[in-house]
Amino acid sequence: MSGGAQVKSRWLPWHAAAVFCFLYLPIVTLIVYSFNGSGVGGFPPRNLTLDWYRMLFADDAIWTSVLNSVLVAAAAMAISLTFGIPAALALDRADFPGKVLFRRLVLLPLILPGIITGLSLLMLFRAADMKLSLLTIVLGHGTALISVATTEVFAGLQKLDRAQEEASLDLGANYWQTFWRVTIPNLRLSIIGAALLIFTLSMDEIAVSFFLIGRDNTLPLEIWGRLRRGITPEINAISSIIFAFSLVAIVTWYRLRARAEGNAEGGAELVEAPVQGD
Amino acid sequence: MATTTEATLARSSRVGAQPLLSVRNIAKSFGKNPVLRDISLEIAESEFLTILGESGSGKTTLLRIIAGFEDATSGEIWMEDQRLDVLPPYRRRVNTVFQHYALFPHLTVAENVGYGLRVAKLPKEEIANRVEQALAMVKMTAYARSKPAKISGGQQQRIALARALVNRPRLLLLDEPLSALDANLRRQMQVELKSLQREVGISFVFVTHDQEEAMVMSDRIALLRRGELEQIASPREIYGRPATAYTAQFIGHTNLLPGEVKGGVVRCHSLDWPVGLPDGPVLFSLRPESLRVVNSAAGSAGVNVVRFRARVCHQAFHGSTELLQVECADGLKLSIRTATRENWSGDLELEFSPQDAVAVRPSEERI
Repeated sequence: MSGGAQVKSRWLPWHAAAVFCFLYLPIVTLIVYSFNGSGVGGFPPRNLTLDWYRMLFADDAIWTSVLNSVLVAAAAMAISLTFGIPAALALDRADFPGKVLFRRLVLLPLILPGIITGLSLLMLFRAADMKLSLLTIVLGHGTALISVATTEVFAGLQKLDRAQEEASLDLGANYWQTFWRVTIPNLRLSIIGAALLIFTLSMDEIAVSFFLIGRDNTLPLEIWGRLRRGITPEINAISSIIFAFSLVAIVTWYRLRARAEGNAEGGAELVEAPVQGD
Repeated sequence: MATTTEATLARSSRVGAQPLLSVRNIAKSFGKNPVLRDISLEIAESEFLTILGESGSGKTTLLRIIAGFEDATSGEIWMEDQRLDVLPPYRRRVNTVFQHYALFPHLTVAENVGYGLRVAKLPKEEIANRVEQALAMVKMTAYARSKPAKISGGQQQRIALARALVNRPRLLLLDEPLSALDANLRRQMQVELKSLQREVGISFVFVTHDQEEAMVMSDRIALLRRGELEQIASPREIYGRPATAYTAQFIGHTNLLPGEVKGGVVRCHSLDWPVGLPDGPVLFSLRPESLRVVNSAAGSAGVNVVRFRARVCHQAFHGSTELLQVECADGLKLSIRTATRENWSGDLELEFSPQDAVAVRPSEERI
């Protein structure tokens, strides 16, 4: 964009490198120390070992919390998509009083500090006399993340070529058939994107969960609980594994996106970059 | 205003008096803004009707009302004995070829073509056969497994046609389907579309803003202007006998001559000729090709011609013809189409036959 006027500076590359280190050095350290035989302290790392991983795989409490987290994330994903997709359709197609207000308010749970969402949900559940458990966390995450599903799918709908739906009606499909055969397939990537994002946000959510937790821990809360008793490389090990999984998920997502963009016509781009969560 | 032509006469005698589709007093407003005003027209079985108009004339809206994507504010649409405008689009035996084709990007070419048949839950074998036939008809069999994004615009166009025709509609609507193609492909597709229409015998309603395209393809042209039907007639008739000044100017090129009739003779600048019109002001349309250059050695004028002299002001080369701007001594300016010759200049002796000067209703200025 800057045309020929490109600034040449000796410092710029160094600056970029510093930012890069600042971003990724903690993660690298985390992974390296998960193999460190002599605990989390000490530099340089010595006695490389897989012991921490061995210990981790034998640690039932951690795996229970991982399972809890996965269950919560999957359930939250289902809830927020079930409510978010119709909400997005309503925003895109229907005209109803308060539509503009709804469109602005739908993002609020995402912007509000987790402490407020968590506290208000806690008060609600108390008022409703519900026992705190994984279910309350699921409800908490599910409702808070509807906004993500709505905005993602809404963005996809805005890019959808309406003539395609008209073509479907024209070819004899009724509104319901058109929705399943044309609208949903065209929104596929938006929906997958929303699902992945919701899953990730729910997996590492801590503030809302903290208020709504019952007896069963989610992974972030389990880790947090252990850190209070002192840090061990076992935590580094589980974090490294999560990091690896996230990496695979992100790469898969980009592959899918790239393939869809290759298939889509020039005008009908189907994909939208995921919204940034907090 | 609706004039029957030889072609439609022949057709209507073949299929009986009832038209396939009749549009009755259709009006449409978006809010306070009227888009269509009292449109009535009929489409015969296996007729190729073009709805022609500038952008904003309401032509696409009319098409969308017939397809069922818009509701008319008032008026009715009938297909033979069935009232159409009260049915949802998926219950009408009408299919559409969209301007940008609207192919389904997630389905292959063959799946696109078979979409309507699958929705109608026809047996698998029949679907396969009909899809194959439809693809063969548009010469796209080789691309059955491609995704729409992988084929060219012209090919997408053919698939859109096949996808609509495979359902054997009574009526096919085409919304400026050639506007996205480049000029050469466009001319080729005009011919292909026309012969395809003859082959399948389905009525086509074709929307375009291109008067040349309308002339080449149609049995009849319905010219819309600002939401009103200006004239509906065969291409020859609408060109040769335009009803209004707007029609005469929009379809082809013309000279508009204002004159005054008095006692069976019209006087227009210094020209006069006998007419069978009542006294009063009158406007004539005279096509540039109706004016002939006379070899001055050819002797005196015949009985039935108007002859005059004019000076050449400007000459434009159009390939097969030459368009001259000439000016008479009294200031009357005219365009003339002549055979090509490198240097037209000086004074010319010109003539035209009075029957070529067509009286037209004046139109408000074009905007």
